[in-house]
Amino acid sequence: MPMKDPADIIDAVLSRHRDDPTRLLQILRETQEELGWLSRKTLAFIARGTRQPLARVEGVASFYSFFHTRPMGRYRVLWSDNITDRMLGSARLMKEMCQKLWLEPGHVSEDGLVSVATTSCTGMCDQGPALLVNYNAIPRLTSQRVAQIVELIRTETPISAWPGEFFQVDDNIRRRDILLANRLNRGDALRTAIVRSPTVQAESSANERTWQDSNLASAPGPLLTLEEIKRANLRGRGGAGFATGTKWEACRNAAGSGPESAHCVICNADEGEPGTFKDRVLLTTQADLVFEGMTIAAYVVGARLGMVYLRGEYRYLRDHLEKILTRRRSEHLLGHNILNQAGFDFDIEIHFGAGAYICGEESALIESLEGKRGVPRNRPPFPVTHGYLGQPTIVNNVETLAAAALIAANGGDWFRSIGTEKSAGSKILSVSGDCERPGIYEYPFGVNVAEVLSDCGAIPAKTQAVQISGPSGVCIASDEFQRRIGFEDLATAGAFMVFNNERDMFEVARNFSHFFAHESCGFCTPCRVGTTLLKNCMDKIEAGHGSEYDINEIFKINHLLQTASHCGLGHTACNPMFDTLQKFRPAYQRRFKSLAFEPAFDLDLALSQARQMTGRDDADAHLKNTMEVKE
Amino acid sequence: MSTNTSPTFLIDGEEISFQPGQTIIQAALAAEKYIPHLCFHPEFKPHGSCKLCTVKINGRPAAACTTQAQAGLNVESDIPEIKDKRRTLVQMLLVEGNHFCPSCEKSGNCMLQALGYDLGVMSPHFAQIFPVRPVDASHPDILLDFNRCILCELCVRASSEVDKKYVFALAGRGINKHLIVNAESGRLADTNFSPTDKAAQVCPVGVILPKRVGFAVPIGKRKYDLKPISDISSRPALPSGGEGSTGQLASGGSLESAK
Repeated sequence: MPMKDPADIIDAVLSRHRDDPTRLLQILRETQEELGWLSRKTLAFIARGTRQPLARVEGVASFYSFFHTRPMGRYRVLWSDNITDRMLGSARLMKEMCQKLWLEPGHVSEDGLVSVATTSCTGMCDQGPALLVNYNAIPRLTSQRVAQIVELIRTETPISAWPGEFFQVDDNIRRRDILLANRLNRGDALRTAIVRSPTVQAESSANERTWQDSNLASAPGPLLTLEEIKRANLRGRGGAGFATGTKWEACRNAAGSGPESAHCVICNADEGEPGTFKDRVLLTTQADLVFEGMTIAAYVVGARLGMVYLRGEYRYLRDHLEKILTRRRSEHLLGHNILNQAGFDFDIEIHFGAGAYICGEESALIESLEGKRGVPRNRPPFPVTHGYLGQPTIVNNVETLAAAALIAANGGDWFRSIGTEKSAGSKILSVSGDCERPGIYEYPFGVNVAEVLSDCGAIPAKTQAVQISGPSGVCIASDEFQRRIGFEDLATAGAFMVFNNERDMFEVARNFSHFFAHESCGFCTPCRVGTTLLKNCMDKIEAGHGSEYDINEIFKINHLLQTASHCGLGHTACNPMFDTLQKFRPAYQRRFKSLAFEPAFDLDLALSQARQMTGRDDADAHLKNTMEVKE
Repeated sequence: MSTNTSPTFLIDGEEISFQPGQTIIQAALAAEKYIPHLCFHPEFKPHGSCKLCTVKINGRPAAACTTQAQAGLNVESDIPEIKDKRRTLVQMLLVEGNHFCPSCEKSGNCMLQALGYDLGVMSPHFAQIFPVRPVDASHPDILLDFNRCILCELCVRASSEVDKKYVFALAGRGINKHLIVNAESGRLADTNFSPTDKAAQVCPVGVILPKRVGFAVPIGKRKYDLKPISDISSRPALPSGGEGSTGQLASGGSLESAK
């Protein structure tokens, strides 16, 4: 096959996206898929095409982990570096892979064939260790599988020709409740919502008012559905727990601006919190319900535009989701005049993230959708009034939207009768770590941790801790296992990582500190610098140079992050250290050589360059202090 | 300026009057009440990234530059708890970049250094991060020393909003975030940057420096050598500052010409 001219490739991508600068992420991703990496020349071409400065395009490309502004291997292997992957041996397997490939982690092989590095949790914690090869997920790695992969890379076998079983991702649904066991047919929820409104504006559409216009007045259907959502007491499933009905109502009541005024519904599928993978399973098994929830939301707020922001790690779901969207269009559940309701126009488009945890924060997500760096906005104004392209926008978690569809079908009272007083409905937990049956567990709210542990085959007596809701959540110790999942007690986005008595809780916290330092967007000083200082502090302790002084430093930085950070990432970045220091302090202290102070500066290490230059390595060329540490 | 009918709020017990629409820092500076800041500039929209202006508003911490003034607020700024946080923030900025004040042309005119002195920062406290940030000396008239960049984005904003040249942008993420210039070569010489650009005038530290005018004013006789940064009267009026302006954001004036 003759080589295509890069300029033609980029041109084709640009025209697919109508040279639209707001589609920059998708343009960069598709260009990189063809060209392997994004040179400044490539970026300049894209900048000209989208009519924006090169530096801005470069700023966007360099923000996301999955875009490469330097040459990468033709095979790009990224090992998921969550603590659960590590507990399953990912570090050893990655070392094996690198040795077999004669490669240093983080480097590209000299022939440009392959690079191996780590990435933040890829959402395969129940079937780790996992990796991404050219952004295709491969779970359940073993030494044998690593050897097979190395061979396929060495022989330059195209990934499309790799055995399909490598890429098989399991759902591992272990417990179903109202959501995962629902028996709704496609369109049931929508039809129920529409029937709830006896007449839909045939008259007003005859007057050439749009359905959206009339919706802002007092059309009964959308309002009645909104009432059901409010009555259901549905709260956001992404972790923060904001009341969904209140969000929808504020968006519905907000007037858009400009000639392009249009409300917007966004599904937040940027499931980046380490240990969370329930949205992956929901989108695999309940995509229709999620899309139906988005359509219900559009019906309530009067939106025409729907977008799913899907994390880049889940790119393999694309064909599956597109197929379902196509089917829904053909069944009049999406598109023009949905279910023959004049003017009910709504469609959904899938956008991919590119490796940035911060884009799970709703305003950063919107920035990313607009083709920018994923930096959280200053608020107010909030997205419900000024969201995507300045228009009223709701951003809801995947699970929230699925629950909304259930409510539209079955009513708010039904939903509210499940769960607890303040936490209506069910919660899907992503269980991983030290248990026999990791996977997806759906419970009515109010279930206690001990019950989940026994269901998943973890032995409570041998379990020392559970990390609830990921690194940004809370780490609970064995004397807290009676605590309950729910907004009253343990609010969670779903992650449930189990640690047995053998695990080193310091290493758990250290892994999380690296995660936050890697994922800080860098906008505000406290988080940008503080997360790196925390990581350095933890590495210092790990290297045997820690003391109580460093613990005080961690608390001091924690206090600053909590008070001065721009967004939730900074506010919570210290939680893992804070919790483990409160509950598992000996895990830190047994690494201390001195209780008061130990310098981070390593005198002997500082001499290593001099040793190298003089070719010496005798005892006299070493200083004493680290000889002790190294032993 | 404020009339008797203007609404007021309290900063450290002092009554500050404000015009509706002003942020806390705008109202404070217009009233000659200093709140430390680096990324805030009266001629530009609030940015909210440096967090030096963090204050307590009715007991809750928030950035004074992005919070709207409201009648009756109780703002605490000059209190040990908040000053301690600001000190830590300055220390973080000091270890994040490579700052060698004694040899820096901006010494004495540098807001970061001046804030360090004003807040009583005696050392960087944290271990230096020592990032590798090569200088760009390609431009005939301007030197870019990225080592001193504190990522306030003022040059980015000035170049895009005022100069309409888009010479600067931010790249990278987290601790690797850094300033870049808009050229395929990556060099300032290959942009249309000019020493008369607004972007050349706004750097609070010593990143964007004119060539061949080094040390025209001796160290010891510079702006913040004479008066601490918290003494607002040490500030020269900005060229665009409107006399008697009451703090309209775009018109500048509120801060620099308030006296």
